[in-house]
Amino acid sequence: MGKDTTAAAIPEYRGSFGGWRKPQELNIFLVLVGIVLLCEVCGWLLIGQSFVWNPQRLTITILQVSVVGIIAIGVTQVIITGGIDLSSGSVVAASAMMAAGFAQSAEWSKALYPSLTDLPAIVPIAIGVLIGLLAGMTNGVFVAYARIPPFIATLGMMVSARGISKWYTKGQPISGLTDQFTAIGSAAWPVFVFIVVAMIFHVALRYTRYGKYTYAIGANVQAARVSGIDVERHLVKVYAIAGMLAGLAGIVTAARAQTAQSGMGYMYELDAIAAAVIGGTSLAGGVGRIGGTVIGVVILGVMSSGFTFLRVDAYYQEIVKGLIIVTAVTIDVYRNRQKRS
Amino acid sequence: MQTTVAVTRTPPGIEDKRQSCLLSVSGISKSFPGVVALDDVSFQLRRGTVHALMGENGAGKSTLMKILAGIYQPDAGEIFLDGVSAQFKTPLDALTQGVGMIHQELNLMPSMTVAENIWIGREPRNRFGIIDHRRMNRLSVDLLAELKISLNPEAEVRHLSIASRQMVEIAKAVSYRSRVLIMDEPTSALTERESAHLFEIIGDLRKQGIGIVYISHKMHEIFEISDEISVFRDGKYIGTHAAAATNRDEIIHMMVGRDISTLFPKKNVPTDDVLLSVRDLTLRGVFSGVSFDLRAGEILGLAGLIGSGRSNVAETVFGVTPATSGEIRIKGQRVDLKSPRDAISNGMAFLTEDRKQSGCFLVLDVLENMQIAALQSQFVKAGFVQGKVIAAACSEMSKTLRVKSSGIHTTVENLSGGNQQKVLIGRWLLTRPGILILDEPTRGIDVAAKAEIHALVSSLATAGAGVILISSEMPEILGMSDRIMVMHEGKITGVLDRDEATQVKIMELASK
Ligand SMILES: Nc1ncnc2c1ncn2[C@@H]1O[C@H](COP(=O)(O)OP(=O)(O)OP(=O)(O)O)[C@@H](O)[C@H]1O
Ligand SMILES: [Mg+2]
Repeated sequence: MGKDTTAAAIPEYRGSFGGWRKPQELNIFLVLVGIVLLCEVCGWLLIGQSFVWNPQRLTITILQVSVVGIIAIGVTQVIITGGIDLSSGSVVAASAMMAAGFAQSAEWSKALYPSLTDLPAIVPIAIGVLIGLLAGMTNGVFVAYARIPPFIATLGMMVSARGISKWYTKGQPISGLTDQFTAIGSAAWPVFVFIVVAMIFHVALRYTRYGKYTYAIGANVQAARVSGIDVERHLVKVYAIAGMLAGLAGIVTAARAQTAQSGMGYMYELDAIAAAVIGGTSLAGGVGRIGGTVIGVVILGVMSSGFTFLRVDAYYQEIVKGLIIVTAVTIDVYRNRQKRS
Repeated sequence: MQTTVAVTRTPPGIEDKRQSCLLSVSGISKSFPGVVALDDVSFQLRRGTVHALMGENGAGKSTLMKILAGIYQPDAGEIFLDGVSAQFKTPLDALTQGVGMIHQELNLMPSMTVAENIWIGREPRNRFGIIDHRRMNRLSVDLLAELKISLNPEAEVRHLSIASRQMVEIAKAVSYRSRVLIMDEPTSALTERESAHLFEIIGDLRKQGIGIVYISHKMHEIFEISDEISVFRDGKYIGTHAAAATNRDEIIHMMVGRDISTLFPKKNVPTDDVLLSVRDLTLRGVFSGVSFDLRAGEILGLAGLIGSGRSNVAETVFGVTPATSGEIRIKGQRVDLKSPRDAISNGMAFLTEDRKQSGCFLVLDVLENMQIAALQSQFVKAGFVQGKVIAAACSEMSKTLRVKSSGIHTTVENLSGGNQQKVLIGRWLLTRPGILILDEPTRGIDVAAKAEIHALVSSLATAGAGVILISSEMPEILGMSDRIMVMHEGKITGVLDRDEATQVKIMELASK
């Protein structure tokens, strides 16, 4: 027998450690760079200003997207499991209201109740996070155990949480918050919170069992169950984390605005979902990365600040944003279809 | 290379052959990123014949068939249909020109009925353009009767066993009345009885002058039904033989380039340690009164026809569908298995029957697919997966099982069917199970790899594990098992020892 036959008998096995693998975020990062360059060129041509060379604008851009960013980290994980979370914007409001309620400075009420003092900031923070956690867990229980489709379960939460935040003060805003509390929203703190949250969950998704299970459930629930994953419990965990992050976002929002209103976080859920999808998270489940979502969030931020910079009408902004989301989803659907065939 | 010299790569007189051939492809090449799936491949299919394609897992059989069915476009090469150059841009294109295909993986809509699945996209409509369900069902009844398949056209597909689903796929493919019918491992989900039924259908089609391309890893059926056999290896065409003029060993040699000796190397390891003891296990409406013992070092075969409850017993023992009554003991300890999670923590492993539905994470890579079940016990410290350790273990496992891929970071969707199956076997071997339940473990796996998997399972048993083996392949179950338990309609009808078991006795018990 010739040599070549024996060689062919053993399928060539190439090592898996050698070679540089292209990061999956590269494409979307290039899109971001493209958008920034476009703004820069248009800036010079139309108004004779640099878009990038303006530290103040950059800071504001990043600050503005931090809150949506924090939510998007949670929403990404929910979408990876094959679900969706529509409630995060409303949970932001509920958490902001409740937290603010416990963060009011005692100065005003002292006239009536002299014994009242300022609560330490940890109390409203804990309350806000807890509210988010509860909302998320409720979502999770309905989705996992009652088997309500995620769209419906979180839609219900979206309406109810908004209702709760209105009911809490009968629609009145809450202001006069303690300095200790508003400090969380000052300076670059929201960005810092966003970055820390992103890093934690980047690591969690890629290197922990929690992450592996999250992807597995999204890729094939039945196979996940047979492989020994307690699917229901894990789903509750993921939704609870998403809720908790929305709660955290609520605290940051209230602290930054130094006031809380029931209308806060309106439509943030859609921005968060958009950021995740733009960043490559597949609505079919099993695919998505925190890095992509962070870039998606920044793209949304750069777009809106770019439009403001170029003095484009707010209406056009929304139209274009819609187009971009649809494009991202189309790419996702197209990619899936290609794979299926 | 004596074997391949005997066959010419391009048959002489190819030009006149194109005239007489129903389907002829020449010089087809196809690459995917990082893989050459087909390299300058040619072959001819004559009218009214069955042409078998053989080759190891990942040899490129399905890829060539997908090109003929309009799913992939070739990078190079030509296709001739009835002597006329043809191009298939889409599956619909191929269908309208007369090429139909039964795919390796099932592609039915679970929540739709049998009839809806068969006529999908070309439903009979009434004059208002609304789907005429009555006519559709009648057409289905006629079709199923013609093929002698006893299925209710109004049954929802998700309630059917996978064998019945396969029969629906067959009926659907036949209903297009194609000139060329491609069957990619149609019997991998069927028992001998249904396979025989399929062969009757194939015989009828052959008489009608239809050309059939038939892919299978089951040697005996290849020789039973095919007229010609073509062999592929690593994306290359190796040669074609008339089935009557060749034999099993020659074909295997062409496939793998060497000889395969022992197919079923089970050693006898007598022990009296009962690992798993099942008493009066019942799942209401499905099976009842199932009792058996599994000893350390033993391979217990579980035979029966489709619908006999074999797979259901396995699912219940593994906690997928908890029992309604009965008792399970592991090493004498009574256990309450409410979920697969419980079973795994008791040292059990379960390779399911349907790799697409309850096995593979198609969008994830080989590593993620293999490691998932092992994350419950080993390889995890304080919630963190020991990435390097587990990646090394998975690479090692891929090598042992000869998974053909471009590395452990290949998406499983891009693996050939047999290689996906190997990944799933690897998933369970990584958990180092004490009790291993295998439901059709070698489905879609080529002869060479099959022998290696049998050797692996045997060595596990030798090391003291207990194995329950469900298989529709008689030679496999007869060769591997120490004892064979036969089921019929949800009851155990008999247990045969290795020495007394024969195919006839099993069939008797299975249909009594
Ligand atoms: N869509 C794809 N993307 C990348 N690689 C692919 C794709 N489809 C097939 N391949 C590769 O091409 C090769 C041939 O695969 P193919 O499915 O044709 O094998 P096969 O002969 O049908 O094997 P089996 O007997 O296991 O079904 C394999 O190495 C496979 O990994
Ligand atoms: Mg194949």
